[in-house]
Amino acid sequence: MKLDVIFRVTAKILIPFALVFALYVQFHGDFGPGGGFQAGVVAAAMIIFYAIIFGLEAAQKVFPPRLVELMVPAGIAIFAGVGVISMLLGENYLNYSPFAANPALGQEYGIILVEIGVLVTVSGTMVAIFYSFAGRGR
Amino acid sequence: MVLLTLLAAITIGIVRLRNLFAVVVLGGIYSFLMASVMIVLDAVDVAMTEASVGAGISTVLMLGVLSLTKTQETEPVHTPLLPVFVAVATGAVLVFGTFALPPFGAADTPVNLHVAPYYLENSIRDTLVPNVVTSVLASYRGFDTLGEVVVVFTAGIAVLMLLKGKRDIKPGPKRRRVHR
Repeated sequence: MKLDVIFRVTAKILIPFALVFALYVQFHGDFGPGGGFQAGVVAAAMIIFYAIIFGLEAAQKVFPPRLVELMVPAGIAIFAGVGVISMLLGENYLNYSPFAANPALGQEYGIILVEIGVLVTVSGTMVAIFYSFAGRGR
Repeated sequence: MVLLTLLAAITIGIVRLRNLFAVVVLGGIYSFLMASVMIVLDAVDVAMTEASVGAGISTVLMLGVLSLTKTQETEPVHTPLLPVFVAVATGAVLVFGTFALPPFGAADTPVNLHVAPYYLENSIRDTLVPNVVTSVLASYRGFDTLGEVVVVFTAGIAVLMLLKGKRDIKPGPKRRRVHR
């Protein structure tokens, strides 16, 4: 799918900023609106945008389908693994208090870790579904 | 009010159009309007999700489907009277239900009196996170969020299995694996 030069230049300008915005939504979710779900879909939308403008092969070179499909369960593993770690540290499942000396700080660390898990699963799922749809027509 | 009127107009357009390409594009516009409604309701994170999933990703997926199938909807073979009746009756029941709802943003509703005050007061003390949505989502209700992520995971795996179906195991004495 080779489209106009306008699309290609716009995409090149837009995608880096939108990916940084996704990271901002991810890591600023403690203070502003947002979090793993939102960051995941914004990042996935940008990868899909890239695939539409520059072709599926170009996108799959950057984000191989194997990696994307691995991300789908990996996020769950991160999320659930954080819960197991908090159990090993002698607390209830998914109680992040023992992650730091200050229980409240531990909660904050736990939230950040868990949100990374959400980001990985959500973006992986979205891109994997897009790949399998887009790879079908050929 | 303007947004809701536009939403209604687009819905009528979607119902009346037979060209599926136009319907998909209208669906994307609908999602963007819905995102604007969410911003008006101060739910910026929901608006972000709606804009990128509803207007972005699902529109792309729909267009991908259209490239595999026909873009013109066939004429209906049945009269639309029964579906119209069901839709109007359901809508009437829902509108009737809204009469019993408390006014928008009322502070003395059961929803706002149960555990919400505790979260609002203690979020910073418990988690150092000023955004209460995040602290409720990831910490107080972390287990629910784990369930939500599992839902996304399950849906993704199901769609991938349906769409890819890379190998199917033939039943038989040898259990040979066949690659398509």
